[in-house]
Amino acid sequence: MHIPDGFLDPTTCAATGLVAAGALAWALRGPEAADDRRLPLAGMAAASVFALQLCNFPVAAGTSGHLLGGALTAALVGPRLGVLCMSVVVGVQALLFADGGLSVLGANLTNLAVVGVLGAHVLLRLLRPLLPRTRTGVLLAVGAAAALTPALGAAAFLVEYALGGNGVAPLGTAAAAMLGVHLLIGVGEAIITVLTISTVLGLRPDLVHAAAHLPVPVAARRPVVAGAEQAVR
Amino acid sequence: MTVHRPSVRALVLGALALACAIALVVAPRASSAPDGLERVAADHGMDTGERAHPLDAGPLAGYRPFGSGGAVATGLAGVAGIACCFLAASGLVAVRRRRRAGDPAHATGGAPHVPVTDAASGA
Repeated sequence: MHIPDGFLDPTTCAATGLVAAGALAWALRGPEAADDRRLPLAGMAAASVFALQLCNFPVAAGTSGHLLGGALTAALVGPRLGVLCMSVVVGVQALLFADGGLSVLGANLTNLAVVGVLGAHVLLRLLRPLLPRTRTGVLLAVGAAAALTPALGAAAFLVEYALGGNGVAPLGTAAAAMLGVHLLIGVGEAIITVLTISTVLGLRPDLVHAAAHLPVPVAARRPVVAGAEQAVR
Repeated sequence: MTVHRPSVRALVLGALALACAIALVVAPRASSAPDGLERVAADHGMDTGERAHPLDAGPLAGYRPFGSGGAVATGLAGVAGIACCFLAASGLVAVRRRRRAGDPAHATGGAPHVPVTDAASGA
C-alpha cells in the first residue's frame, strides 16, 4: 500500500503533502497528546506497527498484504498520537528503506497515517454506542474498524489517482480492483489488530484509548478517593 | 479476578522484544508476492509513470542492508527500523512534552490560565 515514485503528478504530491503536514501539526499540538500515561506508548506503537508491516501475508494467488496499523494505533493511543506514530513509520520506511516513494511521501502519509488513523477513529466512535460497554464490545469495534482500514487507504489513493494519476488504468477498473483486494487484506488487518489490542487489554486495559469509556473494575481502582480515577481522565 | 498488571516500562520493553522477534523470525519468511497496490498497478497499468526511488542506493534500501538479502540481514534491517521508529516517535513526544512544560498555559495541566498579558509576552 506504499505508493512508489512517479505514480502521481507533482500537483497531487504537493496537495497531499499539505494535508499530511497539517495533520501532523494537529497531532503535535492537541490536548490528547498530553495524556501522560499514554505518551510512553507512542514509541512502542510505532515500533510494533513497523515490525508488523514487515509481515506480508498471502491474500490471493500472487498477491500479498500486510497490516497498515491505522486502527491499531487509533485504538491503542488515540487519533493524535496515532497519526504521529503512523507518520513516523511511513517516514522511516521511505527515508531509510526506500519503501514508498519520496515525491509521494505526502500521499503515503495521507493514506496510511491520516485517512487510516482518523478513519478508524471515526469508525470506533460511531460503533461505540452500538456495542456493549465491555472488552468484547471494544474488540468488536476494533475488528470492524481494522477490517475497513485498508479499504479506506485504498479509497484515499483512488481519489489521488483520479486527481493526478500518471498511469493508464481507467479509474473504474482501478477502483474495483483496489477496493476488492484491500477488503480482503482487511481480514488480516482485523485479525492482527484484534489480537494485539486484546493482549494489551488483558495486561493494562487502562492504557487502551478505545477502552477508556469502559467502567473501571473495582479491583483496579486506587483506594484513595472514590471517583479519583474518573477525575484524572 | 486479580491480574498481574505490568508497569508501563515492562509493557513497552516486552512489546519491543516481541517486535524484534517478529522482525528476526517472521519477517524473513513473509510472503514476497507483490502487495495489493503493486499487483493492481501492474495488472491494470497504474504504474506506467513509475520511477526508481531516489534513495535506492541507501545502506538499508529495500530492507537489504548493503545489498545483502539473506534471512539474517532482512531480520537485522527490521530491528534497525524498529529502533528508529521507537526513537523517532518517543523523541517527537518528548520534544512536544518539553514545549508544553515551558508553556505557562499548560504547565499545570489545564489549571486556571495565567493572565493574558503574561501569555502574550511569549516566554
